[in-house]
Amino acid sequence: MFDPEKLKKLQEQKSRWEETTLQQSLADRPERMGQFLTTSGAPVERLYTPLDVASLDYERDLGFPGEYPFTRGIHATMHRGRLWTMRMFAGFGTAEETNARYKYLLDHGETGLSVAFDMPTLYGYDSDAPEALGEFGKCGVAVSSLADMEILFDGIPVDQITTSMTINSPAAVIWAMYIVMAEKRGIPMQVLGGTIQNDILKEFIAQKEFIFPPRPSMRLVVDTFEFGSKYLPRWNTISISGYHIREAGATAVQELAFTLADGFEYVRWGMERGLKVDEFAPRLSFFFNSHNDFFEEIAKFRAARRIWAREMRETFGAQDPRSWRLRFHTQTAGCSLTACQPENNIVRTAWQALAAVLGGTQSLHTNSMDEALALPSEYAVKIALRTQQLIAHESGVTHTVDPLAGSYFVEAMTNRIEQEVYRYFRQIEALGGVIPAIEKGFFQREIAEAAYRYQMEIDTHQRVIVGVNEYIEDEPIRIPLLEMDPHGYERQVARLERLRRERDNERVSSTLAALRQAARGTENTMPYILNCVRAYATLGEIMGVFRQVFGEYREPTII
Amino acid sequence: MTDKKIRVLIAKPGLDGHDRGAKVIARALRDAGMEVVYTGIRQTPEMIVEAALQEDVDVVGLSILSGAHMALFPRIMDLMRQHGLDDVLVVAGGIIPDEDVPALQAMGVKGVFGPGTSTDTIVRFIREHLS
Repeated sequence: MFDPEKLKKLQEQKSRWEETTLQQSLADRPERMGQFLTTSGAPVERLYTPLDVASLDYERDLGFPGEYPFTRGIHATMHRGRLWTMRMFAGFGTAEETNARYKYLLDHGETGLSVAFDMPTLYGYDSDAPEALGEFGKCGVAVSSLADMEILFDGIPVDQITTSMTINSPAAVIWAMYIVMAEKRGIPMQVLGGTIQNDILKEFIAQKEFIFPPRPSMRLVVDTFEFGSKYLPRWNTISISGYHIREAGATAVQELAFTLADGFEYVRWGMERGLKVDEFAPRLSFFFNSHNDFFEEIAKFRAARRIWAREMRETFGAQDPRSWRLRFHTQTAGCSLTACQPENNIVRTAWQALAAVLGGTQSLHTNSMDEALALPSEYAVKIALRTQQLIAHESGVTHTVDPLAGSYFVEAMTNRIEQEVYRYFRQIEALGGVIPAIEKGFFQREIAEAAYRYQMEIDTHQRVIVGVNEYIEDEPIRIPLLEMDPHGYERQVARLERLRRERDNERVSSTLAALRQAARGTENTMPYILNCVRAYATLGEIMGVFRQVFGEYREPTII
Repeated sequence: MTDKKIRVLIAKPGLDGHDRGAKVIARALRDAGMEVVYTGIRQTPEMIVEAALQEDVDVVGLSILSGAHMALFPRIMDLMRQHGLDDVLVVAGGIIPDEDVPALQAMGVKGVFGPGTSTDTIVRFIREHLS
């Protein structure tokens, strides 16, 4: 991009500047720290110039938005054409309580739904299972059967709004419940739009909500790819997630490298099933974290698009440009929130959200200030949603596409992240691929290492966290926290008991038996799951079939 | 004279898989010279108390972020008493609302550490209580 002669002159000028102006300045005013590091611990230089991006080739590395390699964004007009979807992750207690929260959020201008399920649901247990003791509705909404799903979306136009569901091991079952809920309202599955997270690999790596061993888990994922590509053309059958990898302590580079490696693993599995890459790759979507380090996050998003596009085209032979485009949802970093001085979290979230927007996100969740203490209150979640609306309508950053392109710093950092991601790709490959690397505890160890380093930086005051290790106050928390219906659990159990009594139990048994048969063979399980759901078999019953057939996984324990 | 090393069990009761804090604490205690056993995730109260017995620990650290502590901790404390582990120091960390702390202390959880606690604070707390 730069004339070599001019670069040479620039190098001379830079050396001169270092010896004169800089030296003088350092003598007068030494820098505050010996080394400046990003949140991920990567060094940041004092100054970036064209010399740091000397090999950048505009056409090859950046291109135009909406075109390969999509570094500048996946749409030609980006947020000038359409704003990102404002999608607040929400769920608590019973389906009734969460339904009311969705309506509240929609009334205040959110443009997409995102379901948070409770722990028993995430692990495929009914609310009244012994394993679910004390967990009902605590971290999300309880959905034990189609009946709960019907209440959850009551009065919500699911043919017009897209819904994202954070569900992994039981993803196929919860998806089936959503499909049948719509079907019973006369809405065919073909028109449904939304996302199931369905990213089991990152569960083994970071979030740990796995149930079955990796390979049968992957089979269920591919079943959803295959089913979705045939019947639900508007559905994202997976949201390949770096978010939880980052939350577990990974660096920005690790988040991106492990997530993209997972993405390629899904592509391989889909192709091994016999699907053509362009049949399912356009429906693969991503989910990233936006942490504290503003420029590092923006560079990460840009590098993500470039790497995915290149690998999909060059390595996997995808020809449809939609298969090259990395579409992603972003959530601001939950792990960056502090329990003390929670109001400060509004500000943290705002700049993390701004980084996501500048990084070209398609969809965004902004955390509420109270999330290090509890699930969000209405008061807190409204401010979080308003934060997105403020960025969208008042900041002016949406007026032009990829405004930070060409920044020597941002481009240099984008390149660095890309190089380091490829270094991880080679390491993972040397271990035999993603699943062997999981089984060997490679990712888990890398993440634990980074998490420990970060904590030590805080404990030794190398890293200042406002309110935590500096500017500490001993003030009580003054914001209102969410209070849930104290009788929710009893109502949920009563509903489940009534359901088990009143449904056609012979039909439940026969559909479960048919599913068991299918699970033992190689057929796609989705049609069988749908039949179980239509008969009002519960989540625990359906997942129980898979537990029997596939067995349960225990991870290697790594500190 | 060399002191006997403090033995610690770090345990994750309940269903949540958020093990970042548990692992960081396990490592920090180890770096502080303690012997640390980590149970891994998804432990029932029975499994935790069994491990505490088997490993003959001085301290049990419970890490929980799911909000199920008020259902699970009383069972753990009861089982510990039943197995004669009354002298084992029990501490807890994770997302535990302030309003639950008095009840947890009354059932014998000596220290409750929320987000933002430095690892030094926890090391010091354990040493002071065992000295």
